[in-house]
Amino acid sequence: MVMKKLINDPKNVVNEAVAGFAEAHADIVRVSHDPIFIVRSDAPIHGKVGIVSGGGSGHEPLHGGFVGYGMLDAAVPGPVFTSPTPDPILAATQAVDGGAGVLHIVKNYTGDVLNFETAADLASAEGIEVRAVIINDDVAVKDSLYTAGRRGVAGTVLVEKITGAAAERGDDLDAVVAVAEKVNSRVRTMGVALTPCVVPHAGEPSFVLADDEIEIGIGIHGEPGRERIKLEPADAIVDRLLAPILEDLPFVSGDKVLLFVNGMGGTPQVELYIVFRRAAEVLKQQGITVTRSLVGNYTTSLEMAGTSISVLKLDDELTSLWDAPVQTAALRWGR
Amino acid sequence: MTLNEQPDAAPTDALITLDTAWIVRWIRQSAEVLAANRTALNTLDRDIGDGDHGENMDRGFQAILPKLEGLAVETTPGAVLKLLATTLISTVGGAAGPLYGTAFLKASGAVGSVESLDAAALVALMTAARDGIVLRGKAESGDKTMIDAWTPAVNAGASAHAAGSGVGAVLLAAADAASGGAQATDPLVARKGRASYLGERAVGHRDPGAQSTALLLRAAADTALATE
Repeated sequence: MVMKKLINDPKNVVNEAVAGFAEAHADIVRVSHDPIFIVRSDAPIHGKVGIVSGGGSGHEPLHGGFVGYGMLDAAVPGPVFTSPTPDPILAATQAVDGGAGVLHIVKNYTGDVLNFETAADLASAEGIEVRAVIINDDVAVKDSLYTAGRRGVAGTVLVEKITGAAAERGDDLDAVVAVAEKVNSRVRTMGVALTPCVVPHAGEPSFVLADDEIEIGIGIHGEPGRERIKLEPADAIVDRLLAPILEDLPFVSGDKVLLFVNGMGGTPQVELYIVFRRAAEVLKQQGITVTRSLVGNYTTSLEMAGTSISVLKLDDELTSLWDAPVQTAALRWGR
Repeated sequence: MTLNEQPDAAPTDALITLDTAWIVRWIRQSAEVLAANRTALNTLDRDIGDGDHGENMDRGFQAILPKLEGLAVETTPGAVLKLLATTLISTVGGAAGPLYGTAFLKASGAVGSVESLDAAALVALMTAARDGIVLRGKAESGDKTMIDAWTPAVNAGASAHAAGSGVGAVLLAAADAASGGAQATDPLVARKGRASYLGERAVGHRDPGAQSTALLLRAAADTALATE
């Protein structure tokens, strides 16, 4: 596979993308280029809990696309698929500290967790109260003593939206942390890859799939999943993804849920709606009501073709926080 | 040097100490060795991780080289270790940056402001480094991580010191044990880091972090023995 990308130099991918993002969304964000982070244009907001997320680039719009009113105060993009170092995380934390403490929302990958922890130590040493919530919604990985634990994937978007709304309405740090943990505990995700992706500085696919193969349970960097199988019709694939999600929480008849069908970057919207249609049908058969929905490319893996399905068990509080106004580059309503 | 060759500990060896100039030589030697092993470490990491360990370590150790020029004469070994720690934390990224950074930060604290390091100080330095990695990464022996190189190194260094060895022999014992420990990660299933998602598929591959630890401790022994 030849690398065919709209880039200039692999070394400048993140810098140039962030520069373009800053120009395009100057009404919502400011950007620091050294160290590199994206921050709400009105940060820091006095008395509001600041929310910072980040991680390797290549998952856009995660996380920069979610910086703005009602969601993140700052996002820290690392190199493609590599965690940012503590310096920019610390700088972003300082930039959003309005005196009410700062929450780090961290996807459960060893590099992200360690770099955010180190940054939190440094921020604490400077008198900023920092708490972290680790997102681990991926049911494809066994959560046991024998792995680094479940990965944080597309469910992160839902955590960021709902927690951001809690901070925006004025919740204190303890309450904001509690909301983030509540969402994380009630969301489950599973993904599938139809094609691999090419990391710009690597220049070759991160893994190889035969023309007729798909990988069930993929992570967002092309890490291996549960099993590799022959391509099947969309409905059969959806059933394979949904079954482990539903039995994990478990989701039961009478539940009200948010159904989130996420694109991995290389799958068209038309296919994502085919996936949504089947997932909604299966949920209905099981007596589970979809009361909120989200469909689109929100947690991507460069140009990988594939999808992930997330199901979040809602209650009145989470529903109203989901509905609360948000104004970011990638999610915008009510304002 | 293989795992089984025992270095001779001359009685006078115990009197020799290592100063800031040695720490600087060790860092420079490490930078050279890591640059030479960049591709090899990337390959180990591609097998069971994300393929950038050699890249990241090389970037970190290249970043400290200019900072070693023009160090004040009175700079202590502990201060150089701290400079190494902060440089690695801010340039390496991934998991290795915070892990090695924390290791050398703790090592710096353990040696304090002494001007030169005797064998006891080296053992304290290595112990603190290992404890820092455990604290940050929460890995245990046998998890297929850099701890599997560090812990045998600390134990071998401490035994050599207890037996009356000097600085060179202590570091040589540690380096040999680290090499053996890195090799011993080959058959393990990983329980920490990205390799843990592979389950049995990680068997037969060396942990890249254990391998880079072995390279760093080998450089320490080589530069110390050249000092003597």
